[in-house]
Amino acid sequence: MTTPTIGVLALQGDFAEHIEMLRSLGVDSIEIRLPAQLARIDALIIPGGESTTITRLLDIYALREPIQQLGLDGLPIWGTCAGAIVLAKEATDLDRPNLALMDITVRRNAFGRQRDSFEEDLRIPELGEEPFHAVFIRAPIIERVGAEVEVLATLADGTIVAAREGALLATSFHPELTGDARFHAMLARWVVGRRS
Amino acid sequence: MVATNERPQQASPGSNGGAAATGTWTVKSGLAQMLKGGVIMDVVTAEQAKIAEEAGACAVMALERVPSDIRKDGGVARMSDPDLIAGIIDAVTIPVMAKARIGHFVEAQVLESLGVDYIDESEVLTPADEAHHIDKHQFKVPFVCGCRDLGEALRRISEGAAMIRTKGEAGTGNIVEAVRHMRALWDGIRRLQNMPEDELFAAAKELSAPHELVKYVHDHGKLPVVNFSAGGIATPSDAALMMQLGAEGNFVGSGIFKSENPEKMARAIVKATTHFRDAAIIADVSRGTGTAMKGLEIGSIPANEILSTRGW
Repeated sequence: MTTPTIGVLALQGDFAEHIEMLRSLGVDSIEIRLPAQLARIDALIIPGGESTTITRLLDIYALREPIQQLGLDGLPIWGTCAGAIVLAKEATDLDRPNLALMDITVRRNAFGRQRDSFEEDLRIPELGEEPFHAVFIRAPIIERVGAEVEVLATLADGTIVAAREGALLATSFHPELTGDARFHAMLARWVVGRRS
Repeated sequence: MVATNERPQQASPGSNGGAAATGTWTVKSGLAQMLKGGVIMDVVTAEQAKIAEEAGACAVMALERVPSDIRKDGGVARMSDPDLIAGIIDAVTIPVMAKARIGHFVEAQVLESLGVDYIDESEVLTPADEAHHIDKHQFKVPFVCGCRDLGEALRRISEGAAMIRTKGEAGTGNIVEAVRHMRALWDGIRRLQNMPEDELFAAAKELSAPHELVKYVHDHGKLPVVNFSAGGIATPSDAALMMQLGAEGNFVGSGIFKSENPEKMARAIVKATTHFRDAAIIADVSRGTGTAMKGLEIGSIPANEILSTRGW
């Protein structure tokens, strides 16, 4: 069996940080800018960035439909921050089509402007005892989750900031900025599970 | 209840006993990470801001006049009217940046209170202090600053800049200074990278920059913050050129709304910035963009009207 390759959508945003995290785990990755590059991936990461920019470029380069199809076929897809907005069935304040794959409603810029961006330790049982240091930058929140969606992390007031539906994963924050590779390792495990 | 315009109630961080930290270095430099691979466009009205957002800009710079008009009009260029900035903040959902004069920390305080997402301490405005830049560590809002070479970049970072842009020569539509500054920056980085560690102390002195930052560049072969290009980009090829020379994204000022077809030019520059290594795509997006802004030969600008020499 060949080693898995994780695609990282490289239209705009902090895709290089995701690639670096995957490299630290010894996982191969490729940058995805055009549809042909989707052919050989075993999972996809949609990075942080500007969701309006990323959704526009998804359409211009005809990536939206092929990625939607891969998602429907069960390809593991993880969106961080803007990526979670791109992944969600519903996103408030986003006036253009996104992937609409994951049964969640996401509210953009839910904490306010940049001066309200923050970092905080979260308890995420799925990842073990050690708290996860989460960086929220003009972050969205998950306002609604569908029946099949499992909540992975909340703030103390109950605000949902990480969730999973099958092989789809959404985080409001940026694990790629902290050096803690536990989410990336989880995605890599899903790939192996799916292939074996 | 008549307040139809009311903002939705905001989610609240830090309810784990006040553990949330705002305005940290990670969230300040982190926003710049999110802008990477994108184009930040100068806009002077809410309508232009919407056009920029629709074209795929990753942020807008709100100002009263684009640099080419500042150059033409002369006089003292200052922070923009708060009404104009607030109007642009309301018009778009992408981050909004605004410029403060070099050293004018009160303009920066005003911009922070308006909720601007990034402050550009900019040589395009008339400097307010000829000896000191703003102490940017005192702010929760992050700053971007211009540089012409590595020393200038590291001095700005030591003052708290969370993002750097090479200066170029704003408002000229001439890429030559942007190229000069980007090459100078990377030349400085490569020199440090190849330098034995015991020579870094003298290098720090020569660069007038803290040893700790010099050591970071030596160890990592890059700046500790994101670096964009600015000052002179007028075509999709210009944008891709700066990316291939090592920029992580582009600021485009007069180049968009002073071109014949701003909407088309904006889209083309966004695409060329994403696909900066793909000549076929750059060729394709360059078709029919209309006339780019009329450029200025640098040699024809009187020495006292050169913007990039402001700041040090």
